[in-house]
Amino acid sequence: MRAMVYRGPWKIRVEEKDVPPIEHPNDAIVRVTLAAICGSDLHLYHGMMPDTRVGMTFGHEFIGVVEEVGPSVQNLKRGDRVMVPFNVFCGSCFFCARGLYSNCHNVNPNATAVGGIYGYSHTCGGYDGGQAEFVRVPFADVGPSLIPEWMDDEDAVLLTDALATGYFGAQLGDIIEGDVVVVFGAGPVGLFAAKSAWLMGAGRVIVIDHLEYRLEKARTFAHAETYNFTEHDDVVVHMKKITEHLGADVAIDAVGAEADGNFVQHLTSVKLKLQGGSPVALNWAIDSVRKGGTVSVMGAYGPMFSAVKFGDAFNKGLTLRMNQCPVKRQWPRLFEHVRNGYLKPSDIVTHRIPLEHIAEGYYIFSAKLDDCIKPLIVPNAG
Amino acid sequence: MAYTADKPVLAESSDQLRARIPGWGVDLDPKDRPSVPRERFDPNLSGAHWDFPERQPEKRPRERSIEHEFLTPVFGTSCPPKGVSGMMRKHAYTLSEGRAAHWLILVAADRVDALGSHLRSFLTLHPDDPITESGVLSEISHHGMASRVGKKRADLAHQPLDPIIAVGPWVVAGGVVYVGLKGLLRAVTRAGRD
Ligand SMILES: NC(=O)c1ccc[n+]([C@@H]2O[C@H](COP(=O)([O-])OP(=O)(O)OC[C@H]3O[C@@H](n4cnc5c(N)ncnc54)[C@H](O)[C@@H]3O)[C@@H](O)[C@H]2O)c1
Ligand SMILES: [Zn+2]
Ligand SMILES: [Zn+2]
Repeated sequence: MRAMVYRGPWKIRVEEKDVPPIEHPNDAIVRVTLAAICGSDLHLYHGMMPDTRVGMTFGHEFIGVVEEVGPSVQNLKRGDRVMVPFNVFCGSCFFCARGLYSNCHNVNPNATAVGGIYGYSHTCGGYDGGQAEFVRVPFADVGPSLIPEWMDDEDAVLLTDALATGYFGAQLGDIIEGDVVVVFGAGPVGLFAAKSAWLMGAGRVIVIDHLEYRLEKARTFAHAETYNFTEHDDVVVHMKKITEHLGADVAIDAVGAEADGNFVQHLTSVKLKLQGGSPVALNWAIDSVRKGGTVSVMGAYGPMFSAVKFGDAFNKGLTLRMNQCPVKRQWPRLFEHVRNGYLKPSDIVTHRIPLEHIAEGYYIFSAKLDDCIKPLIVPNAG
Repeated sequence: MAYTADKPVLAESSDQLRARIPGWGVDLDPKDRPSVPRERFDPNLSGAHWDFPERQPEKRPRERSIEHEFLTPVFGTSCPPKGVSGMMRKHAYTLSEGRAAHWLILVAADRVDALGSHLRSFLTLHPDDPITESGVLSEISHHGMASRVGKKRADLAHQPLDPIIAVGPWVVAGGVVYVGLKGLLRAVTRAGRD
């Protein structure tokens, strides 16, 4: 089969690989029909995630058709069209039994500090991902769902990560009616978080980024008020000015480890890998939210330490909430929202790239060229 | 505004927002939000029909965090550790996730792995190719200039560093090959003279 393969920081290629075999009785092998590149993939692509090995296939946002199932699989059969949450999870451990699917204890031998994620380094379990023609899907009776008849493929693929995560980010803000919500980052996750904040009754939604074309999308797609942080000396002061000097009630970090806006933070994390991530947006969130407010962190950070302004969070009495999104737990409600037209995830798709050209896809998405917001990857079978 | 007890007045009322934004407030009630409360015990919800999953066969020794009691019943099988980077990784896994050294050794192993893989690729029919693997030609095909010029982008300050990191391993690999060839040539000429 053809599969994307990591060759080192900023380098990937498409190679011929064996179709993955069934390794466990509850495995399924899925033929991928549509995949996506996520902001999280950039952390791997830039070599920031410890234990990212040359030869690994990335991709944790994908849908496909069941090709083969292991002997204990009851809920799926060959030919089923499925959407697969980005989390690998068992459904039965202490954490899964409580709904914490992204924190499963039975799928990641490499680390206890994170659950299992498809195509996301050995630190997340060493699973090859879905930017390929075929992918092994463990716990086929637990993770995947059949794609509803009425759902578009492009909506389905974005439900496996970006939409579920954006909504989750707003949800962890514990928004109440009339809250002022500021979202840092106008990528897929930030756009969906901003849009979801309204569903929860936000009274004002502000989005901050430095890419004008993405801020434009935040205005049209997410009905948000936007600011370009490069136009303000100090975005934290600006945030205070526009909130009667109190700060926002809720701040959402939808940027994560590669945040811009502070050269030293960016250099020490993205380029030199001396920090788990560049917490510029997280620090802005901490400083922009009001005392007693909530910071929801959806942006991902690596397992190493990061220079976070913890003292400010402490002295302001903030609530910090965060996690990898437990995707499948979000689905029933999100399916309703997509069906009712409140959320139309595929509106943010800008590029559809054949698997063979995935290196360009990564380059465009990483360098933010060509007004790229969300690139989809189309395998030959798609 | 003086610092008083009042919550600042919003520009738009809830009714105005409901009229303007499709779906405004449909999840106002936290009960309608998924994953609320964060933990809800329901072992039958997930579709799992086991108390503890069957164990995936361990076909080769699988490295694991020493914070785990045993190898998890299911695990990924991509890219087993190999060579020098593999030895470094195995050493890293003797240290807990709580130790900075665990992660720093893994990151160092990643660099060694990448460099070694580039070098090895030159001995194959499929050598690494900096042009196609970096995707850099999309600078031309996807408006590299227009995407940057005249834009207030904060990432322009560090983007010039990217090629250095991307191409660095090739430069190092080229140097290693050059020094090696020079040494070989010298040895051959010396052998010819003797
Ligand atoms: N928690 C989860 O389950 C989960 C799931 C998916 C993605 N993520 C993470 O969410 C983050 C965003 O993902 P994405 O797909 O939207 O990525 P993306 O790269 O498309 O978006 C990031 C955006 O942040 C902007 N940005 C950079 N620095 C900023 C700053 N200081 N302030 C404001 N904006 C800034 C960038 O210009 C970009 O538009 C990533 O870190 C990703 O790893 C987490
Ligand atoms: Zn993701
Ligand atoms: Zn589990």
